[in-house]
Amino acid sequence: MNAKPKFAMYWAASCGGCEIAVLNTHEKILDVDANFDIVFWPVAMDAKYKDVEAMEDDSILLTLFNGGIRNDENERLAKLLRRKSKILVAFGSCACEGCIPGLANLSPVGDIVYTAFNTITTDNPNEIYPRTTVDVPEGELHIPTLSKVVRPLEQVVDVDYFMPGCPPESHQVAAVIDLVIDVIKGKAELPPKGSVIGVGNSTVCDECPRTRNVKMVKEFKRIQDIAPADPTLCILEQGVPCNGPATRSGCNARCPQAGAQCIGCYGPAEGVIDYGARLITAFASVIDANTPEEIEHILDGIPDPTGQVYRFNLAGSLMKATKSAWEKA
Amino acid sequence: MDNDHFEPTIIGFTCNWCSYRASDLAGTARMKYAPNVRLIRLMCSGRLDPTFVLRALSAGADGVMITGCHPGECHYIEQNFKALRRYLLLKRVLSGLGIEPERVKLVWASAAEGARFASETTLFVEEVRKLGPLNWGKPAAGLENLQEEISKLEEVPA
Repeated sequence: MNAKPKFAMYWAASCGGCEIAVLNTHEKILDVDANFDIVFWPVAMDAKYKDVEAMEDDSILLTLFNGGIRNDENERLAKLLRRKSKILVAFGSCACEGCIPGLANLSPVGDIVYTAFNTITTDNPNEIYPRTTVDVPEGELHIPTLSKVVRPLEQVVDVDYFMPGCPPESHQVAAVIDLVIDVIKGKAELPPKGSVIGVGNSTVCDECPRTRNVKMVKEFKRIQDIAPADPTLCILEQGVPCNGPATRSGCNARCPQAGAQCIGCYGPAEGVIDYGARLITAFASVIDANTPEEIEHILDGIPDPTGQVYRFNLAGSLMKATKSAWEKA
Repeated sequence: MDNDHFEPTIIGFTCNWCSYRASDLAGTARMKYAPNVRLIRLMCSGRLDPTFVLRALSAGADGVMITGCHPGECHYIEQNFKALRRYLLLKRVLSGLGIEPERVKLVWASAAEGARFASETTLFVEEVRKLGPLNWGKPAAGLENLQEEISKLEEVPA
């Protein structure tokens, strides 16, 4: 038998949930092992960056890259794995659109470091901040330096496929693994470059089993404040900002089915350029008021509009970050 | 650059039935107004997707003017109310992104109000001029060398 095609998975600025989602495919992971030679997967096995550097270019068939680009180490690995991989997949919301770590783009990076080491709950009387380089007798040591803003993978290197979700649903991961194995065996063809894979092509609302009527919202509320919530009626219709109308399907409307609003982890639906803009449109359409005063009063029910509409998508949105994050250090 | 000598780039969205005609009337009547606005005609202010505004601001515009029919006079019955709601929510989101909400303005102008269109445009251009350039996505002057700025933060006091 010929040598098995090579597989790699890397985590940059992410939480590790994407790795769990891959392992949650249960016995499917054995298919990965049976069909691939796993050459680099820091969370699962020991490997050194220099081993990857020593590989031939394009020698890894499939790399699942999760996590956004937060520091120079992330960027170096993104560029390295791009060079070594035939197929590079932006795997999970962080790599696709920045996800929760992308919300750091609301603040200048200096403020983030300051807050982390200088809030009232932090015991740091001498105001000591970490340095990225330090001289020791053996030479100069470096730790990764934070970049100004968090960037999705696509803003750093060329990406072949996108697989959104926080994390991608395991049944979708399994379907993609099956597809790639079929491609290797010559039984299927790869989708066109740039495709979003392991998803549906509509919105979460389309998969949501709740009843929808004409929405007339007089007051926005938090989910815990609408007791008793109607488990069969559209959540947005009950006045809770639900991100379903702008969010890509693929998760089987998991959160609304469990009684919570969609928070938008599958990213922008097909054809949506700016996720937040689509949600602004959706929320504005359901507000039952026509005078500026009344509309403003209803909007007061959404305490953090920017966080609400860009919870997962800020780094991948048109504006990408706040003005101060761009301008300040 | 000193703001008095700064010429803002403004993208203006007009409604086919009223404000576009108002701008036409201002032109035909040879009214003078600030030339900074690049107009884009929509069928209705209700067509205004907030994406258009974000695209304009992220691609170099310093301000965006949205114009439509007066409330109650929409050619499509009530779509300008949708524009109003989007505009109010969009301004809140823009504030969260550190953009002065005054960079986006909603103006109602009927087809007969050429003079109003002209004066509101001039007024808006002056307001944006005072705010200065937006320069989205570009570091402020003098902050190109980020690494140096960060290293200042990393100094450990004795």
